[in-house]
Amino acid sequence: MDLKAYKNVYVFAEQRDGVIQPVAYELLGKARELADDLGEKVVALLLGHQVREKAASLVEMGADEVIVADSPELKDYLTEQYAQVLYQIITANKPNIVLYGATTIGRDLAPRLASRLRTGLTADCTRLEIAEKENEPGEKEFRMTRPAFGGNLMATIICPNNRPQMSTVRPGVMQKREKETGRKGTVTDFQPQFDRSKFKVKLIGKVKNNAANADITAAKVLVSGGRGVHDKAGFDKLQGLADCLGGMVASSRAMVDAGVMDHAYQVGQTGKTVRPDLYVACGISGAIQHLAGMEESGYIVAINKDKFAPIFSVADLGIVGDLHKIVPMLTERLKKEMAE
Amino acid sequence: MDFSYSKTEELFLQMIRSFAENEVKPLAAEVDEQERFPMETVKKMAKLGLMGIPVPKEYGGAGGNNQMYIMAVEELSRVCATTGVILSAHTSLCMAPIMENGTEEQKQKYLPKLASGEWIGAFGLTEPNAGTDAAMQQTMAVDAGDHWILNGSKIFITNAAYADVFIVMAMTDKSKGVKGISAFIVEKGFPGFSIGKKEAKMGIRGSATCELIFENCIVPKENLLGVMGKGFNIAMKTLDGGRIGIASQALGIAQGAMDETVKYTKERKQFGHSIASFQNTQFQLADLETKINAARFLVRNAAWKKDNQLPYTKDAAMAKLFAAETAMEMTTKAVQFHGGYGYTREYPVERMMRDAKITEIYEGTSEVQRMVIAGHLLK
Amino acid sequence: MNIIVCIKQVPDTTEIKIDPVKGTLIREGVPSIMNPDDKGGLELALRMKDMYGANVTVITMGPPQADLILREALAMGADRAILLTDRKFAGADTLATSYALAGAIKTMDYDLIIAGRQAIDGDTAQVGPEMAEHLGLPQVSYVVDAQLTDHHSLMVKKEDEECVQTLEVEGKCVLTVLASAYQARYMSVSGIMEAYSREVEIWTADKIEVEEEKLGLKGSPTKVFRSYPKALKTPGELHEVSEEEAVELIVSKLKEKHII
Repeated sequence: MDLKAYKNVYVFAEQRDGVIQPVAYELLGKARELADDLGEKVVALLLGHQVREKAASLVEMGADEVIVADSPELKDYLTEQYAQVLYQIITANKPNIVLYGATTIGRDLAPRLASRLRTGLTADCTRLEIAEKENEPGEKEFRMTRPAFGGNLMATIICPNNRPQMSTVRPGVMQKREKETGRKGTVTDFQPQFDRSKFKVKLIGKVKNNAANADITAAKVLVSGGRGVHDKAGFDKLQGLADCLGGMVASSRAMVDAGVMDHAYQVGQTGKTVRPDLYVACGISGAIQHLAGMEESGYIVAINKDKFAPIFSVADLGIVGDLHKIVPMLTERLKKEMAE
Repeated sequence: MDFSYSKTEELFLQMIRSFAENEVKPLAAEVDEQERFPMETVKKMAKLGLMGIPVPKEYGGAGGNNQMYIMAVEELSRVCATTGVILSAHTSLCMAPIMENGTEEQKQKYLPKLASGEWIGAFGLTEPNAGTDAAMQQTMAVDAGDHWILNGSKIFITNAAYADVFIVMAMTDKSKGVKGISAFIVEKGFPGFSIGKKEAKMGIRGSATCELIFENCIVPKENLLGVMGKGFNIAMKTLDGGRIGIASQALGIAQGAMDETVKYTKERKQFGHSIASFQNTQFQLADLETKINAARFLVRNAAWKKDNQLPYTKDAAMAKLFAAETAMEMTTKAVQFHGGYGYTREYPVERMMRDAKITEIYEGTSEVQRMVIAGHLLK
Repeated sequence: MNIIVCIKQVPDTTEIKIDPVKGTLIREGVPSIMNPDDKGGLELALRMKDMYGANVTVITMGPPQADLILREALAMGADRAILLTDRKFAGADTLATSYALAGAIKTMDYDLIIAGRQAIDGDTAQVGPEMAEHLGLPQVSYVVDAQLTDHHSLMVKKEDEECVQTLEVEGKCVLTVLASAYQARYMSVSGIMEAYSREVEIWTADKIEVEEEKLGLKGSPTKVFRSYPKALKTPGELHEVSEEEAVELIVSKLKEKHII
């Protein structure tokens, strides 16, 4: 494989119902940095139906070029349809790096392609960088860092002999750039050739999952509960505080596994990564898997009965006490404060 | 003898631990507080085959051994002593005497339903005037030609309110003393048989301990268990086996209290240090850990002898005596280590202390165990 | 119906602790368990067996000790167990792992393949989809429900960030399953009694349809450049005060930080 033939940093610009997902802009921000370090271009891949007009926003957020594949077959995400188009684009254009959001779509599509392209893929990266190779000065290398062993360990992965080098990145991890209105870039149309005999999965319907509607990653304030909250009634107390602060409730894995809260509210390694301005952890002991999903929050308050709870190791303000008493009192106190 | 776990036992331990932790522990405080028989847990145990561990497959059991059965009682009791004794009474006091003394017809009729957990078993020996002196039975069984007629009452019967099958001792010939006692299999619906008042107890409060009342109770002829006049032997042998179960229950309670204490003494700080860092704590816990392990070996030894058809009366008595006294000591000290919190119901150790006490009393008090041990030693 | 379930033995990462002095992982005494999502996948297979009647085969790639999770699967109700073990598989990344599994599955008769969404040691969620591609089968990931229709297709529900999608799959496929959707059953006592008297088939690389250079470390495009324990954040302040004081403390801090 002629590694030098592979150029440019590609971003899969995920859209749902015609709306570009925030993670696509975050990836463009990172891709811009990587491409600048390599002296290469940023190319966004936009697949969908009647989405061409969205290409401009990708340019404004850092893409030099947008390749658009517009087809009724691509209206809703389906693995095989999307994989065929991306495979054709990638084999024709030979990108150096391809980035995907680590969403349910990205984590379904990227491994499918990695296997079809016989290349490496690194999942859920929290850091991407271009560095000089240790034994070959002047030669550049793409390094992808990700948590492993439930967040206990960080591993830096390289993909030395295969191209493209691919990774998925969790939403909320990378920073998007300031929007640059009027930024120039090219928009290219790509005509996909579909092998319809391979389309074995049909979308019958989709129902909005009410709980899933709640996007805790977008909240400025999260009041999050763990085992110490006990039950639904306990979460009602947390909801009161969250309402008062204009935020949302979230949950540890324990309460999701116990069936008290929906998976959509789960923070942590197997849930979502959040970085609100304020994170109030109530009755959460702070397993490392949980900490991995919230420790980047702006300000962390933890309330727990057990003064040795690991959550206190990441809290800016730790309170040893009973959340069932403190949370309602705090809610009342804040209501008074706001009224003044 | 080899006390290391076989691979099969290891797998069983993995299952029963996670079952106890996930299904039994969350209910323990509520079962105690509300004095509620945890029927939902019994149904779950039934589905997994836990209600028939040492029963052979041909009688609908799991075909396991007594080691596995006592592991189950220990692990259940570690988180909830009520659940532990439900299984112990069902297995040791009802299924075991049928397995050991029943006719083929009796085994075919009762064991599959008991082993599958469709039926729950119980055992009736103790009477208001016949406790440790079990020979003073006043319940009478009269031969009425094609059936038996039972009159009298039994007290402190574990599982009674929910049981379907009872092993009951009654006098068939008062003039012969203990040799006039016979054993019967009594079903819940037999005419003249009823369940009396439920005891309000100090511990194991969910185990539905009641009185059994026989008023001209009609028991079919074929429900005599074993040979007529051998009831006392059957009862004593059943209690030998039952003691291994109760010893395991005591061991589980002690282990549960140790688990709680280790966790608490590491967390709790006084005078700027965790109380686990104090030598007084360390020395006491070291002694208790040693006793718990000694109890475990005594229990496993008794179960091993039973599995290998060796005499185990004395071994079972020693296991129960030592495990029960260890449970009482461990739980009392656990409350002490927890201080004021230990005395509240916020922590499980006060429940464990109340639960532990019964293990020194039922299926033979500690005094009876000493009599049994001394009797073997000095004969 | 023949169902193949791919399972993996993993360290229980919730039990892993970090040595506070050396900053290294303490793996000693950490139990090895069946990966939770895989166990959910096995539960789905066993429910299909209960409902439609199926033959459930579990397969794992790993060292000989992985025998333990196969015994567990047998005790839960699986019918057949295969341990794929060979030094040639060592050092495999997700691509080489999925290739070896696919190579084994190619030699078998099956109607459906189920895997867990992801393993708790790696959390990549890649092996299922990569294996599906090697086998040329369609995939549905993040599955929370699967039912057979009367015309022998599968009706599958999958959960994404916003919706529950219903998908119909024609023919053979690979499903990857969430543990939270399938509360796994316990091993039964009779299952445990039989687990060690049943056969676990040991398959090496020569028994499956693979090219050797695509296996193990050689067949892995990704390499670990380095790994290190995660840097710990320095803790803030901790207060053990009355509830009233706690409330005042929180309010004053939130004001100070301009959050309220």
